[in-house]
Amino acid sequence: MNMENLFLKIATEITLILLMIGIILAFIRLLIGPDPADRIVALDLISILIVGLLAAFSIYTNEKSFLDVAIAYALIAFLGTVALARYRERLAKQRGSAETDKEIE
Amino acid sequence: MNEILTAVLLIAGGLFSFIASLGMLRLPDTIIRMHAATKAGALGAGLIFIALAFHHFELATTLRALAAVTFILLTAPVAAHLIGRAAYCSKVTLWEKTWIDELANTCDWRTGEFETEKNSTSETQPTKGDDR
Repeated sequence: MNMENLFLKIATEITLILLMIGIILAFIRLLIGPDPADRIVALDLISILIVGLLAAFSIYTNEKSFLDVAIAYALIAFLGTVALARYRERLAKQRGSAETDKEIE
Repeated sequence: MNEILTAVLLIAGGLFSFIASLGMLRLPDTIIRMHAATKAGALGAGLIFIALAFHHFELATTLRALAAVTFILLTAPVAAHLIGRAAYCSKVTLWEKTWIDELANTCDWRTGEFETEKNSTSETQPTKGDDR
């Protein structure tokens, strides 16, 4: 193993460790987040970090098929985030119209 | 040479992702936390994908990696816009040092629409964040 490959291996390991610590930190925010919107943002960040983790793991194992997994995961994560955000907004709208109905009465 | 470039891009992407999650944990309110999460997170994942494109340097894999970067850059602002709109419309508590809130009292609960033109003259004054 020459010098450059060793450097790349160490860099990949550092990146994987950084991404794992990042996922743990975002997961703490997912647990303690005071508002549901905080949890949605944390879930969005976790899914984007997992996409990055899959790409870094594809470099680590020299396996190209993890790239397809990363693309499919990014697509599904976007759909999930959009669905959760729409749900949160509809919940707020229902509560808001209930409050204004109470004010009118 | 290709390995060095890959390693530098990888470490940059990992650092950006780490900074994004650190800001996610440390910053004071939802809207400010979204600032860290969406921008730095998308940049970090994009840098890692560019590193992947340089690592497997062949046409099919590089094109797919660049398509993934394009996809992340297209979807991250859309998701951030939806989350931010939902968070603001659900009256999330702002940071106590927020001193200007240009969208105050503009979110109509019935329709979910923002009315910025109708009362734009009264909204130019700096208002406290809790007056919504």
